[in-house]
Amino acid sequence: MSEDIKKLIIDYVKKEYLDEDSDQVVTEETKLISSGIVDSFSMVSLKMFLEKKFQIKIPDEKATPEAFDSVNSIITLLKEFTPL
Amino acid sequence: MSNIGSYESRLKDFDWKKAGDELGYGRDEQYNIGYFCSDRICELGHGKKVALTWEGFTGEVKQFTYDDLRIYSNSFASMLGGLGLGPGDRICVFMDRIPELYISFLGILKMGAIVQPLFSAFGEDALEMRLEDAKTKAILTTRKHLGKVRRIRAALPDLVWVIVVDAGDRQLEKGEVAFSMEKAPKIERSEIAKVGPETPSVLHYTSGTTGKPKGALHVHSSLIAQALSTKWVLDLQPDDVYWCTADPGWVTGTSYGIIGPWANGVTQVVLDAGFSAQKWYAFIEKHRVTVWYSAPTAIRLLMKEGLDPVAKHNLASLRHLASVGEPLNAEAVIWSEKAFGRPFYDTYWQTETGAIVISNYPGMKIKPGSMGKPFPGIEATVVDLKSYEPVKTTGTVGLIALKPGWPSMFRMYWNNKETYDKKFRNGWYICGDRSSIDAEGYYWFVGRDDDVINTAGHLVGPFEIESALLEHPSVAESAAVGKPDPINMEVVKAFIALKPGFSKSEDLTMDIMNYIRKRLSPLAMPQEIEFVDALPKTRSGKIMRRLLRAREWGEEIGDISTLEND
Repeated sequence: MSEDIKKLIIDYVKKEYLDEDSDQVVTEETKLISSGIVDSFSMVSLKMFLEKKFQIKIPDEKATPEAFDSVNSIITLLKEFTPL
Repeated sequence: MSNIGSYESRLKDFDWKKAGDELGYGRDEQYNIGYFCSDRICELGHGKKVALTWEGFTGEVKQFTYDDLRIYSNSFASMLGGLGLGPGDRICVFMDRIPELYISFLGILKMGAIVQPLFSAFGEDALEMRLEDAKTKAILTTRKHLGKVRRIRAALPDLVWVIVVDAGDRQLEKGEVAFSMEKAPKIERSEIAKVGPETPSVLHYTSGTTGKPKGALHVHSSLIAQALSTKWVLDLQPDDVYWCTADPGWVTGTSYGIIGPWANGVTQVVLDAGFSAQKWYAFIEKHRVTVWYSAPTAIRLLMKEGLDPVAKHNLASLRHLASVGEPLNAEAVIWSEKAFGRPFYDTYWQTETGAIVISNYPGMKIKPGSMGKPFPGIEATVVDLKSYEPVKTTGTVGLIALKPGWPSMFRMYWNNKETYDKKFRNGWYICGDRSSIDAEGYYWFVGRDDDVINTAGHLVGPFEIESALLEHPSVAESAAVGKPDPINMEVVKAFIALKPGFSKSEDLTMDIMNYIRKRLSPLAMPQEIEFVDALPKTRSGKIMRRLLRAREWGEEIGDISTLEND
């Protein structure tokens, strides 16, 4: 289950935030915010995707750059709101 | 003792020529910014001094001395000259904050070409529009952004060369060149292009309410104002370690992230990583930053994290803090005194002014929330909104206006004389911002006088967003406005009327948001979309963007008698 979720988020990040020609590898450990793949403005659309996909509401104070900085940290955040 | 000493005494007998002479500007007929930021510092005996300490997001650190700046910028100039590029050609730098960005900037200036910095997060449309307008001949980029350049290249017949500074084993196509700064032959001495003070140097694009983004063209003599304001406002001194958090895709990142500090021979540090309070504080502590130039949005993000992260780091090295990009709210000034033991000094300027024009100065009393007072040599006032005559009464709101003639004033909008001319009224350059002046001469920002959206200190043009929105298959008509945001001051909100056959949904909202982010930039992406049946319009059919904006801000809507519907 957890692997499926990781893949779902990684695929979304690759599709939406990386150039289609990019040769960058994204894993569950890849830094998303600090590497600049996802910036603070783009976090809004990533948050919206997660909220819709998992039918949850992530409060703004929880949507920090640290919480969104890798697929693993995102999954930790999601677990606060939904059983994964 | 601060560099400026007494602000009042600096006002007396101020002369830009004297400022230039102190810098040695024009000595031996040398006016080139590239020379002043590298070779000159070496000639003064500081070649071994660290000019740049760069840290990447993985923690990798690289250091470059002024000798390195001189040699590597020569290598860039030589490589570009070898490609047949020459004086006056527009050469774009389109990279993340890597050392090559900063150093190629000097190389391009040294060969007499015009450097066109563009924000690396720009999407294809935003990039194409700006390269097409400037008829850019070459672009320096990295493999990360090469795909974007390739996809628009066919539409850019003037773009002769694409230079990839980290090509590695990436297969390149016709018209693409690999260039590795650190592997290229080291060129100790090269002929620096003889430029005059009025020779064009930097072309920065900025957004307006209507039409495409405009290229504000600066000239080499801008250096005089940039170097002096760095010295007097940012108070950079020989032993300082300076951090400007701005990206060189925008004017702060070049005027005060390249030219100002290096013309003063100071060590600067760069962090090429996304925002994180912990990371920023750790960076300051690790590199012992003494002077920090940042932006209100960043300061408010730090405030949001509270004082606990501050307490975990030793930030005692900090001695002077300044801010730019949007008005600095009084709360942020007061918070920084609590967090760092000193206030952020607000500074005001814009792409067109090239350098700080109104500011708070070390040693001068700060009134939290005020922009401060005009820089010496800048004749500023507030003019009436209609007559453009200076307002006579203290506290009356008008438009910030500057008397033309300071060295870093833009000289034209590229290919757009009509818009350039409109910026001057009654002998004043009109900044487009509203302000008042109090009895002690302090300026107080009120707001912009147009529909341009200031988000996180960056100006975004509503027209550019609306034009891109119309290309989305579902959008019939749209309006983009700024809505208040506690962190970014404003964020983009789009009102959209859908074409028949489309209905609003979360999926469509996300699709439109991502569409704009990829086409233009993350800054231009609407953070909120409101679907409407129709947009309010004037009798002549023009969308009443201001009405929508006023609603968002809870302002008086005013006379709506000209509205066709709503």
